[in-house]
Amino acid sequence: MIGQIIFIIILIAAVYLFSKNAGKIRRNILLGRDTDRSDHPAQRWKTMAKIALGQTKMTKRPFAAVMHFFIYAGFVIINIEVLEILIDGIFGSHRIFSRPLGSLYGLLIGGFEILAVLVLIACFTFLARRNIAHLKRFSGIEMTSWPKSDANYILIIEILLMTAFLTMNAADHKLQLLNFGRYIKAGSFPVSAFIGPLLPDSTKGLEVAERGCWWFHIIGILAFLNYLPYSKHFHILLAFPNTYYSNLNAKGQFTNMASVTNEVKAMLDPSFIPGTTGEAARFGAKDVTDLTWKNLMEAYTCTECGRCTSVCPANQTGKLLSPRKIMMDTRDRVSEIGNNLDQHGKDYKDEKALLDNYITREELWACTTCNACVEACPVNINPLEIITEMRRYIVMEESQAPASLNNMFGNVENNGAPWKYSNADRFNWNDSQ
Amino acid sequence: MSEVKVLTMAEMAAQGQEPEILFWVGCAGSFDERAQRITRDICKILNHVGIRFAVLGTEESCTGDPAKRAGNEFLFQMQAMVNIQVLNGYHIKKIVTGCPHCFNTIRNEYPGLGGNYQVIHHSQLIQQLIDEGKLKAEGGESFKGKRITFHDPCYLGRGNNIYEAPRKALEILDADLVEMKRCRSNGLCCGAGGAQMFKEPEKGNKDINVERMEDVLESKATVVAAACPFCMTMLRDGVKHIEKEQEIQVLDIAEITVRANGL
Repeated sequence: MIGQIIFIIILIAAVYLFSKNAGKIRRNILLGRDTDRSDHPAQRWKTMAKIALGQTKMTKRPFAAVMHFFIYAGFVIINIEVLEILIDGIFGSHRIFSRPLGSLYGLLIGGFEILAVLVLIACFTFLARRNIAHLKRFSGIEMTSWPKSDANYILIIEILLMTAFLTMNAADHKLQLLNFGRYIKAGSFPVSAFIGPLLPDSTKGLEVAERGCWWFHIIGILAFLNYLPYSKHFHILLAFPNTYYSNLNAKGQFTNMASVTNEVKAMLDPSFIPGTTGEAARFGAKDVTDLTWKNLMEAYTCTECGRCTSVCPANQTGKLLSPRKIMMDTRDRVSEIGNNLDQHGKDYKDEKALLDNYITREELWACTTCNACVEACPVNINPLEIITEMRRYIVMEESQAPASLNNMFGNVENNGAPWKYSNADRFNWNDSQ
Repeated sequence: MSEVKVLTMAEMAAQGQEPEILFWVGCAGSFDERAQRITRDICKILNHVGIRFAVLGTEESCTGDPAKRAGNEFLFQMQAMVNIQVLNGYHIKKIVTGCPHCFNTIRNEYPGLGGNYQVIHHSQLIQQLIDEGKLKAEGGESFKGKRITFHDPCYLGRGNNIYEAPRKALEILDADLVEMKRCRSNGLCCGAGGAQMFKEPEKGNKDINVERMEDVLESKATVVAAACPFCMTMLRDGVKHIEKEQEIQVLDIAEITVRANGL
């Protein structure tokens, strides 16, 4: 009974704390400008099913895709076992699914065990890739000590959870064979049967091991849940809404700014009366609050895998730009604003901005807008949109474009071509026809 | 070589005629010497298959693409609206462009500003003509056995998911087609996009077009096929940089088509 009460208290506390922190992230995301992504629901569901659930974009790197799939499948399917643990914890039952599921239960538990081993293999492989093989993709200026530790913590927690799960089953299995207490014969143990010999033979010792691992496993999972809002691992949740709200247009299409359309129309036709667009007065983005909520959702969805940066032509040729850094900077800045709101109230403004304090102009001007980063992202994050919005701010609000680009603008404006040729000569190519 | 008479829209409208398609030449195609040759070759193809076409001539102006990618939305929309006025004034319905940047801008960004046209890139035109049996690869230079690779322009490939059309133009050549390590959706940019064409690259350890030459060399191709005037410039500079001008040719798919057909 005491166990049940403690369990329920821990469960409620964990869920409460998680909702509170997830709510803060939601609030931070909604600091962004509005953008309408409610169109084409059928196509959106399909995109989410394909990209997030089906992980089709992961396959561009087949080895990582298979390893990641082990962890993904393990996480999703072993959650059925977590559901059983939750019910057992609340009602004080033991392996409550075993009776209603009958022989299927054995198949399930056996399946979970095999998945747990695959998860372990994948986690150890990923740790080795990061810490022994030192894959280039996991380094870079933005990969400071916290992002690196974060990745390792996630993998180590997953290894501990899977180990506890298997050890728990091994002790349970041994107790079942001894016909001890409430350990009814349930489940099959294709993996943990091999761990059994490592455990004590006394029922007392086995019970301590079983209960210990049971509690460690479930408290571990609840603690991990509460780690998510502080970690890049939040992608396991946001990948779904993020792909649902994907940009459905051709990647080459950049947004047409409605506020500019009004001004240009008024310039070309003095009798034109602009309707209200409801857009902010600022052109482009200086800070994260000038970006859309979708840009900010993407920042929280990024799991820092670096596929974007590894295909970026600017990054590959030694330039400062790293699309992953654009996303991480955006997230860090909006989190900073959120923390300020929590600490100093809703009217607090600091002196910082995303531009210059986080992202430098050199990074922004290195982009070729080639869309390789957008194409590479397994969860449809678009760093290019943020880069473009920031360029718009620099050009239209500050008039601080590089001199050569200002020349180009001047040529387009005066001659209708980016080079210094007279428009009268535009058809001269036909003379030598 | 046949003489091709190119009419402007103004001339055609004065004759009371409408073109089947408007050829949007683009700034590079109008002013860049190398790209002018591609422009003339696209005209030759249109003329060869008997499509009634026109150009805007001096009434054409920059689509605004480089301004938009650089962040100058004002300038872009000014250009777009003036161009749309001209195009709508002539009741243009169908456009073929010689440049993926013009293609992307007119196709995707003009509709929101009142310019709705059916827009194709010249590689799609060539593909359609091949599919319809109107264009073959005979009567001209033989590419048989030549090792050719295609460099995907970003605004044709990733930008608009057009990967097959330009390859179709090469497939009928009976040549030895090879793909570079980074191709199709994984293709490496030439380095010119995003208005980089008009500025010096930011500090780095290499130019992007030089990086691209590693893929070209690895493919052992003797012809690099391009479909964008900016890629053309960057790839040619890259080939020059590695001193392979004698061994490796950079040709637009329109040029290859014209050569293969002896136009």
